[in-house]
Amino acid sequence: MNILVCMKQILDPEIPARDFRIDAARKEAERGSADLVANIFCENALETALQFRERSGGGRITVLSYGAASAEDMLRKALAMKADAAALVLNESDAQADPLAVAQILAAAARKLGDFDLILTGRESGDWGAGQTGGLLAEELQRPCVSFVDTVDVTGDKLRLRRQTDSGYEIVEAKPPIVLTITNAEHNVPRIPKVRDVMTAHRQPLTTFTLADLGVTVDPHAYYDVVELAVPRTETQCELVPGDTLDQKVDALARRLVEVTSAL
Amino acid sequence: MSSDVAIVLFGNPATDRAASGLVGAGQQLAQQLGGSLHAIAVDAQTYQPESALTSIETICREMAPRAILLSNDTYSQEITPRLAHRLGGSAAGDAVAITPELRVTRQVYGGKAQAVIQLKRTPAVVWLRSRTFAPSILPLPAPRGEGARSEGEGPRIVERSSEAQGQARLEDARVIVAGGRGIGGPEGFASELQPLALLLGAQLAASRAACDAGWVPPALQVGQTGKKVAPDLYLAIGITGASQHMAGVSEAKQIAAINIDRDAPIFKHCRFGIVEDYRKVVPLLREKLSAMQR
Repeated sequence: MNILVCMKQILDPEIPARDFRIDAARKEAERGSADLVANIFCENALETALQFRERSGGGRITVLSYGAASAEDMLRKALAMKADAAALVLNESDAQADPLAVAQILAAAARKLGDFDLILTGRESGDWGAGQTGGLLAEELQRPCVSFVDTVDVTGDKLRLRRQTDSGYEIVEAKPPIVLTITNAEHNVPRIPKVRDVMTAHRQPLTTFTLADLGVTVDPHAYYDVVELAVPRTETQCELVPGDTLDQKVDALARRLVEVTSAL
Repeated sequence: MSSDVAIVLFGNPATDRAASGLVGAGQQLAQQLGGSLHAIAVDAQTYQPESALTSIETICREMAPRAILLSNDTYSQEITPRLAHRLGGSAAGDAVAITPELRVTRQVYGGKAQAVIQLKRTPAVVWLRSRTFAPSILPLPAPRGEGARSEGEGPRIVERSSEAQGQARLEDARVIVAGGRGIGGPEGFASELQPLALLLGAQLAASRAACDAGWVPPALQVGQTGKKVAPDLYLAIGITGASQHMAGVSEAKQIAAINIDRDAPIFKHCRFGIVEDYRKVVPLLREKLSAMQR
């Protein structure tokens, strides 16, 4: 099976809120001292692909990203985790592209890179969290799509997918070619690459495309535009329940809870 | 393109609060646009991704609405971007507000910021965060149904789990009792938080730390990588209140906290709280609540 995993490099979502600043003119977060990291769901997607390759006893995994030159670090880590090949479509502009533009660029790169049976994306990103890349990419490539998948297996000529839903999970049977969006589960936590593999990954080839190389011209804001971005002031004055003893305080808490819930 | 609004219902507005909120949001937007509201009903029990999408697409081409609103369930989230692409429109998800100019407000950067996004193509296809919209007041127009279609070679759901069937969705809960790392283990959830939730008519939820530790099932996780909830009351117990967790509860009307650490960030988000060990507070609280109910 020929597998493509699309990945995005984002500002570390774990930075504390107090260190988070907005660049009002550019309408995006300031880099500040935060690290750039792989979006977690993209790493879950890569891990899912790696496990699928191990279980099905073969296949080739290519990782692909559209982003700044810094995304090379993420792709090299993916190679160290044992992806077979990596490609970066360089975003040479300053502008953030909207989800449709990203999907069009990834689709062009996917066509250029080969014929993929399985295309995996993360469920959503930890920065803008639009949750649209997988679905739009499926439409661009005219493939079916299954979302929120956490396990990919094969039975006979069919894929057997497990995906998370509101009420638990579903098993979906599907035939490749298909696009899947991957969510996190206990069993697809990204592996830590071996030190030796990290060293090797730095010498491995990495294909870089410009948009011109792919022959695509996209309008980065034909789909949508961010017109406002602000950090909401969410701090509220917390009233600690009154009382001198634990019993008094819990009594006040109980009354308050009953008051609130019975008013609903 | 008309000024009409279509809503896609996977649930029953009479019994399902999220669906009712969706009808309310649709009515409001249709009124603002000066158009009418249409409803498209899809049977969630027989949903298949490709055929449902094609059916909804066909109906929407005929209706030509300016906006199509969906709820925040799995299926709605799955089809939103694809439906927008097929109709030549623009999509957005997890909206907490939508204007007649097709501007959508949503949280970004894990709830640390809020963005207003101008959708530039029509129809606008938008799924809404549950319970942030007022429920419907007017009767719903008779919905168009999804026609039966053959699946062809497409993916097919062959098994639907019943893990949480019959249980209301966390997204629709009016009261939530949530536990975090401070609960210390599965016993605390089972013997303390669950009975407390029962007394308060609440649903049980948890932070990522508690789910990752295996103390409660992942379906209970609230936060950036879990469920986004909007209850009237969110009681956070042993939850520090990291921004990743708060991203899932920012639309809660009131937050209350039980936490041993006065400096925990949760106290910056809550309306009232108590600084004490939950192991001391909750048993006493249950006793008092039971007594008050008697």
